[in-house]
Amino acid sequence: MNRIYLDHAATTAVRPEVLEAMLPYFTEKYGNPSSVYSLGREARRALDEARATVADLLGADEREIVFTGGGSEADNLAIKGVAFANRHKGNHIITSAVEHHAVLDTMHFLERNGFRITVLPVDSYGMVDPNQVAEALTDDTILVSIMHANNEVGTIQPIEEIGRILAEKKVYFHTDAVQTAGILPINVAELHCDLLSLSAHKFYGPKGVGALYVKRGTKIEPHIHGGAQERKRRAGTENVAGIVGLAKAFALAQGEIETSAAKLTALRDRLWDGIAARIDHVRFNGHPTQRLPNNVNVCFSFIEGEALLLNLDMHGIAASSGSACTSGSLEPSHVLVAMGVPPEIAHGSLRLTLGRENTEEEIDTVLDVLVEVVAKLRDMSPLYEETPSKPLP
Amino acid sequence: MYSERVMEHFTNPRNVGEVEQADGEGQVGNPICGDIMKLSIKVEDDRIVDIKFKTFGCGAAIASCSMLTEMVKGKTIEEARAITNRDVAEALGGLPSVKMHCSNLAADALQLAIDDYLSKKEEGSNA
Ligand SMILES: Cc1ncc(COP(=O)(O)O)c(C=O)c1O
Ligand code: FES
Repeated sequence: MNRIYLDHAATTAVRPEVLEAMLPYFTEKYGNPSSVYSLGREARRALDEARATVADLLGADEREIVFTGGGSEADNLAIKGVAFANRHKGNHIITSAVEHHAVLDTMHFLERNGFRITVLPVDSYGMVDPNQVAEALTDDTILVSIMHANNEVGTIQPIEEIGRILAEKKVYFHTDAVQTAGILPINVAELHCDLLSLSAHKFYGPKGVGALYVKRGTKIEPHIHGGAQERKRRAGTENVAGIVGLAKAFALAQGEIETSAAKLTALRDRLWDGIAARIDHVRFNGHPTQRLPNNVNVCFSFIEGEALLLNLDMHGIAASSGSACTSGSLEPSHVLVAMGVPPEIAHGSLRLTLGRENTEEEIDTVLDVLVEVVAKLRDMSPLYEETPSKPLP
Repeated sequence: MYSERVMEHFTNPRNVGEVEQADGEGQVGNPICGDIMKLSIKVEDDRIVDIKFKTFGCGAAIASCSMLTEMVKGKTIEEARAITNRDVAEALGGLPSVKMHCSNLAADALQLAIDDYLSKKEEGSNA
C-alpha cells in the first residue's frame, strides 16, 4: 500500500538538498560559532550566511533575525519578550480566538501574571476584523498578535491592514507566519509587522528550529539566559546544522513559490470539488478565497473525526481532524468553535493539507477512499438514519 | 495508542446495525465528548439472542460497542447486567485513559436496552 501524506500543515519531510546542506555541520564542520579558531569561524560563517539568506527573503536586516528552537519558541519569545520588556508602558495585549496554542497559551500565562488580554472573535470564515483590532486598542495596549494564516482552516488574515493600523498607533505587532512561510510571499515591510515567527519543519526543513524577525528598535526581553548568542536575545550554542537547513529550505521554498502555489491550488481545487460533487452533507471550513493554497478543511455530518482518520490510515492516508475525540483534552477544535461551527459538526472535521510531492492520482485515490469511508461510517451512525435528508443544524 | 484488539474490532466491527423488531433499545449520549451510542437487543427465554449497535463515536467507541455485542450475545439478562465498562476495556486489551469513557457509552447503552426490555415485558404481562 502506498502512503499518501496529506498532513503538511503538521510537518513535512526534509528535502534531500536541505539534508545535504546540513550534514557537514554535524560532522566535519562541527565547530562552535563562538570559537575563535578556524573551525569555529567556519561555523560562524555558515550561521551568518543563513541569517543573511533569511533576512533577505523576509525583506529584513540580518540583525533583525533571531534563530530559535522552533515556531512555538519564536511565538513565546515574541509575546513574552515584548510583554515583559514593555510592561512600564502598559499591560494590555490583543490576540484572536483562532491563534495556535503556542500563542494562546502564552497569552493565558501572561494573564495569570498580571497582563490584560483581549481575545478578538472571528467571523464564520475564521477571519479577524481589522476594525475590531482598532476598537480594542487602549492607551495601555503594548502588543497585538494575529496569525498570518490559520493552521487548521487555512484562512489568511488581513495582516497588512491590521499592521498599517498598528504602525500608526505605534503598538507592537506580532504575526505567526508558521503556516505561510514557504507558501506565500512574505515581506515584513509590506505586512507592517514588528515581529514575525516561522518554523523550518513546515517548509521541508528540520524540526526544532525556527526564526523570529524582530524589527530594529523593538524592546524585547530574552527568556533563555546565558551566553551572548543571537545578540543576547536567545542564549545557547546555535543549532548550526538546523539553522543552515532552515535557511536552505526557506530559500528553496520561497524561490519556487509561484509554481508551487499554482500546483497546490490546482490539487486543492481538485480535492475540494471532488468532495463537493461526490459526498453530501458536507461543510467546508475557512475562507473560500482568502485561504492557503494547500488547505482543505471539511466537516462530514453524522460521523466522528477520529474514526474517519483511523479509517483513512487503514488506506495509507495521513490526515488530521479537529474532532474532540482526537485531542487529548476531548474539546473540539477551538478554531472551529470560534467560527461558530456546532460541536457535533466540528466532530466530523477533516483537515487535508497538500504538499510538493502530492499528485493528481493521489487526490483521486483519496476521493475514492473518502467516499467509501464516509459511507461506511454513516451506515454505522445513529444520526444518519434519523435525518437522512437534512444536514445537522 | 490503541491496542491491536481495539484496532481489529474497529476495522471489522461486529454486529453493526439494528435488530429487527427489537425487544429492547438503549441510546446514550456522552456528556464528555458529545458522542452517541445506540444498542438494540432481541431476547428469547431471558437470553439475549441478538444485539446490534450504531454509533456516532470515535475509534474506541466503535471497538467498545463491537466487543460488548460479542460479549453479550447468548448471555442471560442477569449475566449481561453484570458486564461493566471495565470488562469491555479489559477484553479489548486496555484503552488509553482518556478513552475509558468511550467504553462507558457501550456499557450504559446496554443497561438502558435491558431496562427497556424489562419495562416492555412488564407492560406486556400487565396488559
Ligand atoms: C500556526 C502555528 N504556529 C506555531 C506552530 C508551532 O511550531 P513548532 O512546531 O515549530 O513549535 C505551529 C505548528 O504546529 C503552527 O501551525
Ligand atoms: S466516544 Fe468520543 S472520545 Fe470516544
